[in-house]
Amino acid sequence: MAIDNQTVKKVAFLSRLRVEDEKIESAKDEFNKILQWIDELNELNTDNVEPLISVNEQTLRLREDEITAGNNKDEILQNAPMEEFDYFAVPKVVE
Amino acid sequence: MKDITKLTVAQALSGLKKKEFSATELTEAYIDNIEQNTKVNAFVTKSFEIAKQQASEADKRYASGNSLPLDGIPLGIKDLFCTKNIRTTACSKILGEFIPPYESTVTNNLLQDGAVFLGKLNMDEFAMGGSNETSCFGPVVNPWSKDKDLVPGGSSGGSAAAVSAHLCAASTGTDTGGSIREPAAFCGCTGIKPTYGRCSRYGIIAFASSLDQAGPIAQDVRDCAVLLKSMAGFDAKDSTSYDTPVPDYESFLEQDINGMVVGIPKEYRLDGMNKEIVAYWDKAAEILKSGGAKVKEISLPHTKYALAAYYVLAPAEASSNLARYDGIRFGNRKNGNSLDELYINTRTEGFGNEVKRRIMIGTYVLSAGYYDAYYLKAQKVRRLIHDDFMNAFKECDVILTPTSPITAFPIGDEKMLQNPINMYLNDVFTVSVNLAGLPALSLPIGLSAEGLPYGMQIIGKPFDEQTIFKAAYKLEQDTGFERI
Repeated sequence: MAIDNQTVKKVAFLSRLRVEDEKIESAKDEFNKILQWIDELNELNTDNVEPLISVNEQTLRLREDEITAGNNKDEILQNAPMEEFDYFAVPKVVE
Repeated sequence: MKDITKLTVAQALSGLKKKEFSATELTEAYIDNIEQNTKVNAFVTKSFEIAKQQASEADKRYASGNSLPLDGIPLGIKDLFCTKNIRTTACSKILGEFIPPYESTVTNNLLQDGAVFLGKLNMDEFAMGGSNETSCFGPVVNPWSKDKDLVPGGSSGGSAAAVSAHLCAASTGTDTGGSIREPAAFCGCTGIKPTYGRCSRYGIIAFASSLDQAGPIAQDVRDCAVLLKSMAGFDAKDSTSYDTPVPDYESFLEQDINGMVVGIPKEYRLDGMNKEIVAYWDKAAEILKSGGAKVKEISLPHTKYALAAYYVLAPAEASSNLARYDGIRFGNRKNGNSLDELYINTRTEGFGNEVKRRIMIGTYVLSAGYYDAYYLKAQKVRRLIHDDFMNAFKECDVILTPTSPITAFPIGDEKMLQNPINMYLNDVFTVSVNLAGLPALSLPIGLSAEGLPYGMQIIGKPFDEQTIFKAAYKLEQDTGFERI
């Protein structure tokens, strides 16, 4: 399946990345090279094959529903690029 | 006194116990090496003051006779492990000056055993790469380089180069598709990726969560056994961590390999494969045979599809894991007029090209309309690859293969940069192991005509690292590889 410039733009937006207009063409070519290579998977018949999501065969453990961490506001905010009044600050979202 | 930085971890522990030198002297000797040998570019953050403090505490414990299993051993830590109060960047601009307020479980285990941390090691950005050239701190130079500067392999390139150049006694690495084993092979080191679930992933910056595993890179097999024992173990903070005891790996090293069945996968004999590596592969099989092992041809029929499946699954998981880098809660932020613009500016400036490429591939294969054709298909192929190994292990105990089809190549190599697939093809012998969640070790087997190390890989059954160590130790003893 080959993709077009429009799809490159769409995928870039979904990824929240910018691809400059002059680079769309080369990004598309590179994308298509990789997809063409990946397409060899279609040589295989996988009709009755169960997908493998994780090799971990354990069932997930349960634990007591109790607080194991918390009360560390300062540590959480320590790496914030911008904070105000003990909150993470972002540009105005609601117009 | 002879150069104490050339000692293995096991030798250094013995010297410390006999009071031949102190942990402070050992730490200062490594600091000297790091300060003198800046060309390698292995350390991206140095934590010398913390290291000296840790060494002095180790010395106190030695003096009181209550030393810990790794007391006073100076290590380098891959910059993918969160280390409390020590800058952690994954070698990406997007994390900026991120200082973790917590310690990863694996590094915490090492600290609890008395290890000394010299600093953080260079790597491919977010562990995505096979040459350490995608790091925002610039490439690492392989200490084995001759006239041209060579790559150390990746993604744990700094970890392997630092051990090889004696800038630390051993290091930590992580391996998603070969990121411990390939650099270990390129730099003449030994490294093991344990079974998925053996080491906790808590506090390790995630790349592809169903494939990532931590492990040691060291000078020899014994050191890997000693370090893995300390790093591994159940951790309630990682839901994929296995609640099963960690064996004393070192106690298996000298055990007899008589009767062990070694499988040689016929599909790994690639057309036009380098003759040197084929000769070393045969030699390794002969050595194991001389120890009483039986060597048997086996088949892993879906090998051909492993790389393509990996390069769907790993980017898919990465695109999801890396969605958290949005400039809101940590790392660098580039403002914009709207929230979307802020995200786009932050991520476009913060991520390097290879990371962007993988995020976009991953986003595409997970997007509506393509999910079944790519992602689901790759997960089904992953099942076939996993089952290949399980069937093979019905008739053998370990599998012997080369680690990489090539030796270290020059930094900025045209062919590798021209087409990303050329770089991906170097992982041909390592990615299947991650897809199947198996343990595998790489050790040096000999040099090429140009004098560069080749690695040999031993793959084991799930949670059977001990059998790998037995075979690797025998191979190491009879190979007589000379380190630099």
